[in-house]
Amino acid sequence: MASQEEPVAGPAQPIAPIQVLYCGVCTFPVEYCEFGSHLKKCKEWLQKEHPDLYEKYYSEEALQAKLGTLSLEAQTKLEKDTAKKEEKAEAKAEAALKKKMASRVTIKRIERNKRKHVTAIHGLEAFGVDLKKAAKFFAQKFATGASVTKNTQGFDEIVVQGDVSGDIVEMIEDQVGLLKGVPKDNVVEVEEKKKGGGGA
Amino acid sequence: MFKKFSPSSDVSGQTSLKSSVQRSIRTSLLSQWKVESETVEQIWPKKESLTLVKCRDHISIYTFHGEPLFFQHFDGPFYPTLRLLHKYPFLLPMVRIDRGAIRFLLAGAHMMCPGLTSAGGYLPPADAAMPAGTPVAIYAEGKEHAVGIGITKLDTEEMKKVNKDVGVETVTYIGDDLWALQTL
Ligand SMILES: [Zn+2]
Repeated sequence: MASQEEPVAGPAQPIAPIQVLYCGVCTFPVEYCEFGSHLKKCKEWLQKEHPDLYEKYYSEEALQAKLGTLSLEAQTKLEKDTAKKEEKAEAKAEAALKKKMASRVTIKRIERNKRKHVTAIHGLEAFGVDLKKAAKFFAQKFATGASVTKNTQGFDEIVVQGDVSGDIVEMIEDQVGLLKGVPKDNVVEVEEKKKGGGGA
Repeated sequence: MFKKFSPSSDVSGQTSLKSSVQRSIRTSLLSQWKVESETVEQIWPKKESLTLVKCRDHISIYTFHGEPLFFQHFDGPFYPTLRLLHKYPFLLPMVRIDRGAIRFLLAGAHMMCPGLTSAGGYLPPADAAMPAGTPVAIYAEGKEHAVGIGITKLDTEEMKKVNKDVGVETVTYIGDDLWALQTL
């Protein structure tokens, strides 16, 4: 298939990659933490993990040198902005966490006809679960069909063929695979019976 | 391009590429980037397969073992991801913005000429001028590593002359949604 061509003769060697140190808090290269929205936490992290670099970036001289061509006035403004951003980000993170902990995962057993059920799982995405991947995972696990569809309220949910509600609750309790991080206390089980003379 | 990008809604599909397509991509990378084949081989060995992740607005992201390596808009030039550029900073020619412009770039703004022509900025000298439409690494005053990747809107000599409006269009930057995607 692929033609086996040898690299052209010569001294050329691959150039070794540079390993940039990325911040364990904000993921930026550490020199850019000052522009992120977690500066306080970033500094704590760097001081603990890489004290020498902490000196390099946050010592008096470093802060002086950093000013570069920026006026003192602009620098003060920048610092103010950063502090504001930081506050905002913290408030946002807190609100997001609250919202997350308050959100529910609903596992609904739906009767399709007398002996047929489907299981609809709603709300996993609030806990960072990729719905498409989770559907695939369930399909494999239960050797059945599973898909991501919009429910009547327009929210995405996973629909698995067959009654697997009990198994899924168990999987969440055991924190299996993709379901890691979904708190079992947030799971609600619901049953939907077919109304009227279904089946037969 | 990646200020707002969510894999669950912006990715339409993934395919692994035919070897003929991979060969032609390799040739393009070698002609577009300042890199030798040995180094490309180290980044992405010939024996192993590249995955094309098709996204909204004709953006194609190419991943290797799930890690985004480079991307392309329509069949335009190939841009390395910032993480790849950090490893191999010589891939693209560079410009530099002054310190004042950093926070605008990190908010996703395009780069205005004055931020490139001021004392803290940098554009290549006249004999190394770059035409409009050149992918560039965007460095920042006082910083060691690139803060973003962009494409020149004007000839770099033109930027010095007009010294207003957008000089470099921002394509990706530290902290955007492509940066956040470590695997895809
Ligand atoms: Zn940080």
